[in-house]
Amino acid sequence: MRRATFKGGIHPFDGKNLSKDKPMQVVLPKGDLVYPMAQHIGAPAKPVVAVGDQVLVGQVIGEASSFISANVCSSVSGKVKAIEKRLTVSGAMAECIVVENDNEYTTVEGFGTKRDYKKMTKEEIRQTVKDAGIVGMGGAGFPTNVKITPKNDNEIDFVIVNGAECEPYLTSDYRLMLEQSQKIIDGLKIVLSLFKNAKGYISIEDNKPEAIKALQELAAAEERIEVKVLKTKYPQGSERKIIYATCGRKINSKMLPSDAGCIVNNIATIIAIYNAVSESTPVIERVVTVTGDAVAEPGNFVVRTGTNYRELVDLAGGFVSEPEKIVCGGPMMGMALYTLDVPVTKTSSALLAMVKDPVAEAETSACIRCGRCVQACPSGLVPQKMMQAIKHNDLDMFEKIHGMECYECGSCTYVCPAKVQLTQAFKLARKTVMDNRRKAQNQ
Amino acid sequence: MADVIIALIPASAWGVYTFGWSAFYTIMACILTSVGAEFLYQKLMKKKATPYDLSAFLTGLLLALNLPAGTPWWLPIIGSLFAIIVVKQVYGGLGQNFMNPALGARVFLLISFATQMSTFTLDGVTGATPLALLREGTTTDLKDMFFGNIGGTIGEVSTLMLLIGAAYLLIKKVISWRIPVMYLGSFAIFIVLFGGHGCDINYLAAQLCGGGLMLGAFFMATDYVTSPITPMGQIIFGVVLGILTGIFRVFGGSAEGVSYAIIFSNLLVPLIEKVTIPMAFGKGRVKDGK
Ligand code: SF4
Ligand code: SF4
Repeated sequence: MRRATFKGGIHPFDGKNLSKDKPMQVVLPKGDLVYPMAQHIGAPAKPVVAVGDQVLVGQVIGEASSFISANVCSSVSGKVKAIEKRLTVSGAMAECIVVENDNEYTTVEGFGTKRDYKKMTKEEIRQTVKDAGIVGMGGAGFPTNVKITPKNDNEIDFVIVNGAECEPYLTSDYRLMLEQSQKIIDGLKIVLSLFKNAKGYISIEDNKPEAIKALQELAAAEERIEVKVLKTKYPQGSERKIIYATCGRKINSKMLPSDAGCIVNNIATIIAIYNAVSESTPVIERVVTVTGDAVAEPGNFVVRTGTNYRELVDLAGGFVSEPEKIVCGGPMMGMALYTLDVPVTKTSSALLAMVKDPVAEAETSACIRCGRCVQACPSGLVPQKMMQAIKHNDLDMFEKIHGMECYECGSCTYVCPAKVQLTQAFKLARKTVMDNRRKAQNQ
Repeated sequence: MADVIIALIPASAWGVYTFGWSAFYTIMACILTSVGAEFLYQKLMKKKATPYDLSAFLTGLLLALNLPAGTPWWLPIIGSLFAIIVVKQVYGGLGQNFMNPALGARVFLLISFATQMSTFTLDGVTGATPLALLREGTTTDLKDMFFGNIGGTIGEVSTLMLLIGAAYLLIKKVISWRIPVMYLGSFAIFIVLFGGHGCDINYLAAQLCGGGLMLGAFFMATDYVTSPITPMGQIIFGVVLGILTGIFRVFGGSAEGVSYAIIFSNLLVPLIEKVTIPMAFGKGRVKDGK
């Protein structure tokens, strides 16, 4: 079979062997739980509890504050200890609700009740997804109910489950595909029930043969579901690339997947949809891969949201030697952590601790115009020229040569032999352009 | 850089084998002067010294391969100094020069020391290069040209050795096929159309194997710094090179033309890049993925 893929991209060191054969382990938090109100793209949620309140597992403690926003639910029962600014993964301070765990795990009423989605209307399904606070759990954190509510349901012909997991080291989606494959199929069926003209695809890279097999077996019984095998390549799992690889359509930075007739959800997200709709369970936990050569026993853990990152390190047996770099998420697009005292959120896919920091060690030299960044860019851009434009302080030029189409995947930086920090510069330039646009609008 | 140097070893070795020690001395003189000049310049200008990026080494080697064996000793030295100081460092060092330093120096030497630059000795006999002969109407044995038993500069004589090096570069993905293939292809078509010999295979092959075309197409036109970075730009660049070389050879005064064609095209690179910025992913039609 021809394995689908896209043009450009890279093959970074994979590192998945450290944790891919470690079954998921359910763990309970020890310390206080911290829930940032901003765990998603869009407006932060609004706290609806007060200090001293008693909360239950699954209770909404932060409410979506606008159309693009998401609820935050408590993952334990206990008392609200504080509502204050705390450090989050991004390195910024953000409003958080702190809950003291009473270790009883008393749930809200109706929590875990089985439901049949076939008896629910589309509106009920969407409302359930919204109430459950589901966001893109692959890392982007876009509110899922917005995603599954396009302008016209009938124009959607592809519902894609993103099982590429193309970031090195990450294995949480892989474990879910093996251990909860039925939930993926059922979750996809729920989404498909919203779009009568759509076919469901589960797109998986070919370096995960067991996952492909497991899901193919289940999909065989489903008329509307097919497993699509993709060539292993980074950044296959980005939304634009997975759409192209799966159905040959292209979207750019100004479009939503639904503009190309597609709805894309990541593996963990589709399971969250299943949990919310069929088992009345909001997002209160997620699978986190704890790995890297600085970690004693890498593994995949089912952790409650709000758990302190430090506890994750303990779960994995602590550090074998002091890590030089700790990353939240994958090595390509993840965020470097400066402290472990931050909470796990809905979008935390991994904690990666490395003895050596390959980026800090690299010494930047002059660009030799080798063009490798051009070959690698999955967006068809010319990073070298974009960098030149930035150096000349010419952001108009940066935009003109499509700089805003960069989605900061890191491929160009990865291949650059001169170790030019391209992606970092683009991140900054894009932000500046967007800030300028906003300023211009407000005038 | 290391890969390009490795790829040039067969051709260099062949040059030394064919022309003897004088070729070896020329190569050493170029490399030592280039590396030394860069090092001194960087020290004097209080910049970071970068001998280990091997780019000065490569410039020296390339320049040597573009010189006849047995030139007077001062020629390689002047050439290397010119390449490193004037063409490369004055424009800001690695990645900034707009023309290939080795080629710039070669052309400088060609203009300044025409006699020394066009005295080719093979087996102790001074003779014209095959291309010069071709112009006069005589031909050289094709086999000799392919294997490299002819007069010429140190590096250009053996097409076979150059192709071995080129294959290495292509396999290791150091260079892409676009520039050399488009260059050689468009040049061949030009010669067939305007060369005055129609499809005469012998004539065509002699044109392709001679005059440093292979050396230029695979090792100098592909120089990262002075060739376009966009895929489409590389294709255009190759075609421009082929046509220019054809014009210089067929209608120009000298039999050569590769160096001039490359240097001239180097000047066009910014323009070529400007008009060939690719369309970003997803900027075209949506549904059919075009
Ligand atoms: S990969 Fe690095 S050195 Fe090569 S062209 Fe791009 S920025 Fe320059
Ligand atoms: S970071 Fe941006 S410019 Fe670099 S490869 Fe990725 S999309 Fe292209």
